[in-house]
Amino acid sequence: MSLRRPAKNQPESFEFSPSSLEAANAIVSKYPKGKQQSSVMALLYIAQKQNNNWIPLAAMKYIGKFLDMPYIKVYEVATFYTMYNLAPVGKYFVQVCTTTPCMIRGAYKLVEACKEKISKNESELSRDKSCSWMEVECLGACVNAPMMQINDYYYEDLDKEKTLKILDKILNDETPKPGSYRGRVNNEPENNRKTLMDLKNA
Amino acid sequence: MLKDQDRIFQNLYNDLGPDVASSQKRGDWINTKDLTSKGRDWIINEIKDSQLRGRGGAGFPTGLKWSFAPKEVGSRPHYLVINGDESEPGTCKDRDILRFEPHKLIEGCLIASYAVQAHVCYIYIRGEYFVDGQKLQAAIDEAYEKNLIGKNAAGTGWDLDIYIHYGAGAYICGEETALLESIEGKKGQPRLKPPFPALIGLYGCPTIINNVETIAVVPTILRRGGKWFASLGREKNTGTKIFCISGNVNNPCNVEEEMNIPLKELIEVHAGGVIGGWDNLQAVIPGGSSMPLIPKEKCETLTMDFDSLMAEKSGLGTAGVVVINKDQDIIKCMARIARFYKHESCGQCTPCREGSGWMWRMLERMAKGEASRDEIDMLGDVTNQIAGHTICAFGEGSSWPVQGLLRHFSKEIKSRNKFDPIIKEQKDIPYLVDQHLLDKNA
Repeated sequence: MSLRRPAKNQPESFEFSPSSLEAANAIVSKYPKGKQQSSVMALLYIAQKQNNNWIPLAAMKYIGKFLDMPYIKVYEVATFYTMYNLAPVGKYFVQVCTTTPCMIRGAYKLVEACKEKISKNESELSRDKSCSWMEVECLGACVNAPMMQINDYYYEDLDKEKTLKILDKILNDETPKPGSYRGRVNNEPENNRKTLMDLKNA
Repeated sequence: MLKDQDRIFQNLYNDLGPDVASSQKRGDWINTKDLTSKGRDWIINEIKDSQLRGRGGAGFPTGLKWSFAPKEVGSRPHYLVINGDESEPGTCKDRDILRFEPHKLIEGCLIASYAVQAHVCYIYIRGEYFVDGQKLQAAIDEAYEKNLIGKNAAGTGWDLDIYIHYGAGAYICGEETALLESIEGKKGQPRLKPPFPALIGLYGCPTIINNVETIAVVPTILRRGGKWFASLGREKNTGTKIFCISGNVNNPCNVEEEMNIPLKELIEVHAGGVIGGWDNLQAVIPGGSSMPLIPKEKCETLTMDFDSLMAEKSGLGTAGVVVINKDQDIIKCMARIARFYKHESCGQCTPCREGSGWMWRMLERMAKGEASRDEIDMLGDVTNQIAGHTICAFGEGSSWPVQGLLRHFSKEIKSRNKFDPIIKEQKDIPYLVDQHLLDKNA
């Protein structure tokens, strides 16, 4: 199990903005009547997005009232799933996959790059408070290893130098281009494609 | 090698575009109405004839699973749930289906919903695949617009609504009952079975749960016939499968191939060979991290399907092939996998919650050569006390890779870990508190 604790400094109150409220109501309508508890995961995402990428306890209380479910149930969900950030993270949140398929292709070089550029320890904000990084478990892009995720986007086929360049960009508040950094197309074998050649050349 | 015209996922590398118009050119949505007009029994029988086995890891026959759904809809509605919570290390096949072949999946949802009489289908996608999920959502919106799903979907007279539900980074939600808990808005802790979800599932209603790849191949099977699908591969291990080849190979890739393909062909032909040549191969994890590894000697002749890998005490799982060459420290690789399982255990059953961390700590010590000799036996003991003693299959999934390591690399572990706490000359053992007791002069 992973150990997760809420941040010490919590805001007093939380409320959905009008656009969040609209999104939340659309989510609730996806589930059968009386089963509105199903939307708690999506609503936590909405709260996280609205609140600079982390969820304060006040938001969990608010969502509990919104969905007519006990606060403890929302708290359970928010602490169980690792993608809900319970403490502030940077505007650019870097997640480096270090599970075995990435590890054997050099994922720890990416971790080194993060340590050099962002902060010495994981889950620590960079000096300008814009970035933070952490090691995560398999992100499901194993044939594009090693890779990392910055906010929603995947950056694939990396090495240390390329990672340093990407991190330089986000530290300058630019969004680098997602996808493969070895110029390969999706998940096809580089320069070695043996299948569906007619379609490739079509 | 499988002929190109027998490949189901023609757009695996996105040469053609994932939208409706290009999907229709590839044959999707052409005669969906004709397929469903032949009736539920025909669909289920055709899937049974094809001997399609679930692509999510366990390999349960799909036709049989569908036939478990109640024949008549009672007071409770039926649901279809698609499992796209692909988190098994080494596996990234569903992502390509979500991105590039969404209409195969959506059409499969319609046919499967019709077969099991569901009007609502939830597609559960892991939260990290948010961008890919958005692409699927775009495809769903397009399908609604063209009236391919919704009221009287694609002219079949069947109403179907498809919704995406995003997970939030919990591997365990790939387990079917944990996934249902997650959709219900709870933490993803698996339920006891029975009752099976086919009778009591989502919101207590009959629910059929299938993997993304399983559902996406259904329309093609029905179009080309169960016999065609069964003619590929071998008895009970039929059809094609997307293999993900990652790790120390020259060209890691996803490729759709026939079941029962030799592992060597998969690595040498499609993935461009092992880095450092075939002789540099150390071991292969054949089916995602929870399957026991297979040492090089056996890789020469190994064929990739459910039953032949089972005979090698491993499994096809999700067909995520992780190749490990001799430049890697195999104990460290397995210690990292153990850390993955320690992190992802849901904490419901004590053997798994405590045991997964215990295995990780022991393996980390073994990688450094700090473990004592009897800890090797103890590690084996711990794995046996986890497997089979938990609510879900996570217990097996976390202990099998460790058992595989012990089975094939115990020599390596023993040669590295010679530390023996009972040896008299080593008195400065940090955790032996009563060191004064060893003092013979006292």
